[in-house]
Amino acid sequence: MNDMTPIQKSSPKDWETDQEVRWCPGCGDYAILKAVQRTMPELGRKPEDTVFISGIGCSSRFPYYMETYGFHTVHGRAPAVATGVKLANPDLDVWIITGDGDALSIGGNHTMHLLRRNLDCQILLFNNEIYGLTKGQYSPTSRVGTKSPSTPFGSVDRPATPCAFALGSGARFVARGFDVSKHLPDVLKAAHAHKGAAFVEIFQNCIVYNKDVFEDFAAPKGAEARQLWLQDGQPMLFDGGNKGIAMDMDTLTLKVVDVANGDWQSAGVIVHNVKNRALAHMLVEMPFGEFPMALGVLYDDPRPTYDSAVVEQNAKLSEGKTPDLQALISKGQTWTVD
Amino acid sequence: MATAARSIDTQSQADIPHPEAVVVRFAGDSGDGMQLTGGQFTLSSALAGNDFATFPDFPAEIRAPQGTLFGVSAFQINFGASEIDTAGDAPDVLVAMNPAALKTNVKDLKPGGLIIADEGEFNARNLAKAQYDVNPLEDGSLGKWQLVHFNISQLTMDAVKPFGLGNKEALRCKNMWTLGLALWMFDRDREPIIQWLKDKFAKNPVLADANIAALNAGHAYGETAEIGNPGAVAIPRKHVDAAPAEPGLYRTINGADAAAMGLVAGCQLAGVKMFFGGYPITPASSILHALARFKEYGVTTFQAEDEIAAIASAIGASYAGQLGVTSSSGPGIALKTEAIGLAVMTELPLVIVNSQRGGPSTGLPTKTEQSDLYQAVYGRNGDTPLPVIAARSPGDVFDCAIEAVRIATQFMTPVILLTDGYIANAAEPWKVPDMSSYKPFPVSFLDHVPEGGFKPYGRDNKLARPWVKPGTPGLLHRIGGIEKEVDTGHLNYSPANHQAMTDIRKGKVDGIAAHIPAQDVCLGTEGGKLAVVGWGSTFGPIHQAVRRARAKGQDVSHIHVRHIWPMPTNLGDLLRKFDKVIVPEMNTGQFKTVLRDQYLIDAKPLNKVSGQPFRIHEIEAAIEEALA
Repeated sequence: MNDMTPIQKSSPKDWETDQEVRWCPGCGDYAILKAVQRTMPELGRKPEDTVFISGIGCSSRFPYYMETYGFHTVHGRAPAVATGVKLANPDLDVWIITGDGDALSIGGNHTMHLLRRNLDCQILLFNNEIYGLTKGQYSPTSRVGTKSPSTPFGSVDRPATPCAFALGSGARFVARGFDVSKHLPDVLKAAHAHKGAAFVEIFQNCIVYNKDVFEDFAAPKGAEARQLWLQDGQPMLFDGGNKGIAMDMDTLTLKVVDVANGDWQSAGVIVHNVKNRALAHMLVEMPFGEFPMALGVLYDDPRPTYDSAVVEQNAKLSEGKTPDLQALISKGQTWTVD
Repeated sequence: MATAARSIDTQSQADIPHPEAVVVRFAGDSGDGMQLTGGQFTLSSALAGNDFATFPDFPAEIRAPQGTLFGVSAFQINFGASEIDTAGDAPDVLVAMNPAALKTNVKDLKPGGLIIADEGEFNARNLAKAQYDVNPLEDGSLGKWQLVHFNISQLTMDAVKPFGLGNKEALRCKNMWTLGLALWMFDRDREPIIQWLKDKFAKNPVLADANIAALNAGHAYGETAEIGNPGAVAIPRKHVDAAPAEPGLYRTINGADAAAMGLVAGCQLAGVKMFFGGYPITPASSILHALARFKEYGVTTFQAEDEIAAIASAIGASYAGQLGVTSSSGPGIALKTEAIGLAVMTELPLVIVNSQRGGPSTGLPTKTEQSDLYQAVYGRNGDTPLPVIAARSPGDVFDCAIEAVRIATQFMTPVILLTDGYIANAAEPWKVPDMSSYKPFPVSFLDHVPEGGFKPYGRDNKLARPWVKPGTPGLLHRIGGIEKEVDTGHLNYSPANHQAMTDIRKGKVDGIAAHIPAQDVCLGTEGGKLAVVGWGSTFGPIHQAVRRARAKGQDVSHIHVRHIWPMPTNLGDLLRKFDKVIVPEMNTGQFKTVLRDQYLIDAKPLNKVSGQPFRIHEIEAAIEEALA
């Protein structure tokens, strides 16, 4: 009966279930689970008002480990189930947990339409560039040449870029993080603070089938030079402030510039503006290697949400009308037999 | 006795024949407005107190090329002075608005039946499109029927001339001219149709006036032809008396509207709000259209991105504490199938309406069939039982929808409600029920930890698990499609647990049989030489065929099954009291197979899959053969 007593401020422990976590030892999902459980007490919502909804895949086991309401649905359909949940009860705090195969392959259609409609929820896409639960086939985010049981000689099709897909679908909040990053809770908080569909791509290390595929930017060593953590209103600096992102005015593309003595202004470094959609498009497409990996909140510009529009229209059209079933069924072309 | 709401010119009635029933078919190009003509003639029949049944039959193409054989749209109505259960086997009157309409429909007309043709459309171009080498109105090939033809197109143009319409708009009034003539032929009042035209064209009074002028001109043409106006052709006139009917308020209803209103009624009786997730598909979309206007009844409609999202969102809504409903036709139900399994596994209430159409695949989108019975009863992966109910007529859909909501919410299970294209589109008179006569079946959400602790997959005496709304403190739990542990609902793949849960899911659905009405014999006796067993929209033709056979003294009874799964507990014993059982269905024998499997009886099939409903005489012939 502890749940009945109001919780002033919960602790991460309060958001853990008694269920045994069944991911592979060392899986990046553990770190994401911890980050979410650490973030939840900061958000001001009660466990009973929170629903985690997932599809199918390793990541989609997530709801079983959260002491909230939870629904482990079918492959790819979590956004559709979430839409019904949120429309039926807009007061609930809805989180969708999905993966690269779940959200972009079998469930791509639902992901697109959820973002287009702008349902108020958080979508955490765990991107490990592989199908883990089915033992290692390449996924829609796998890089060209990925060798897997289904592509023994290397994959030949080009991968999707999750954040570009989200922006193209009309997302109003797009962010990136990675499993073991200490910044992940801040990204999650920003996603929760956004009213509307908040899309978060979380790079996740599948230690069994795609080990260290993100190591080139996620490894702690040299991270400063390879990660660009974006902050609204702040210059896009990395590598300890020695480098920045500027606009090449000839080609209208981004470029990396050197910053001397902290004088980023004269180097032309761009100040991040989360409401600049064109900039967000450039950041998500920025090729890693030549550029650092853009992380944090790339875009955040709220618009009215689908659920609030539905509630508003339902209320407006019901205003002043008394539901009278007898009158409803008696309407139309009627006649009386005496 | 039924009394028409509007009085009819009684003087004329004495002079003209009073047949028991008449079948009229209006046929024309899909742009000719035949469905509208049929619909308004139906209203007129209702107001005249006739019993009736209709059969709209239209092409899948929205605007098929003009004048073609496949672009013909037809509307048949059977109206009578006694009980009418079908749209009629063969028309007495065929109104053919062009050569293609004549060609595709005349073969159905009764010998000696009346053809009324618009000769203005029988030009070389249209004759060629209908693949006529010579004009059938002139070559004597229609000799076994009565034929009258005149230039309806020109007569309409003349009638609407004062209103200054363009050629195209003027010709659009042709259907009202034809309706006017039909109203005269059957001794009907024009006033309600005039009122309807005024309402319909309230924003464009010129169009209202033109259509009314066309209607009046058609009516006047009949009158002047009767008095032997030179140049006009005499047209036979008939009056069909009002049918006896129980006193009360009546309305016309089609299956789609009945489904929408029945679902609303069911949710009110259950005390829950409705969430309807749908995706456009013929012939099921009309349910979504109707519900989208019922916002003040606590209905939220969601046009999803696909069939899967439509049902998945409905499951989400049920999880959140509303009643999720989804609707489609065969191909869409196929897409929903995985999610139906999820609803069975998570034991959430859900109503799935299938307006069946001809299959497989895209099949015959606008034609009717009953071939999704296997899909409804068996069509899922795993052992996945769920209740299935089938409606027999447009009006019956209302009660079946309430029954579906009752079973879904009382037993925490998805329920499939089967209708079909015929039921969805056809109209019949419906006595508006008194809603206070329905017993409410309020749902109760679990909102506290019960004695002995909270078990998300605990059971009541009906084996239903508790319905808990997210947002309820103290009852946090997780559900999903992975096998659930008995009581706790935790993940559990153990052999003993899967056996136990499979048995529980089956036992719950089987147990519903104890909570549905016993099977009755709707016409005849509880035993005898022959039972004709039907389900769904074959009710009408079976009922009439059995009635006719019994009138001839044959020992035959009609049993109509509404609860397809689980079936009423007495059905097996009842069927065994008959020497023979035949099962007419618009498929290749699906319910017959289920009956054989469940009861080991030698049920014989009578199958038809032409996209058209059974004719009465087809079933009569089968009865003759079975009793021979």
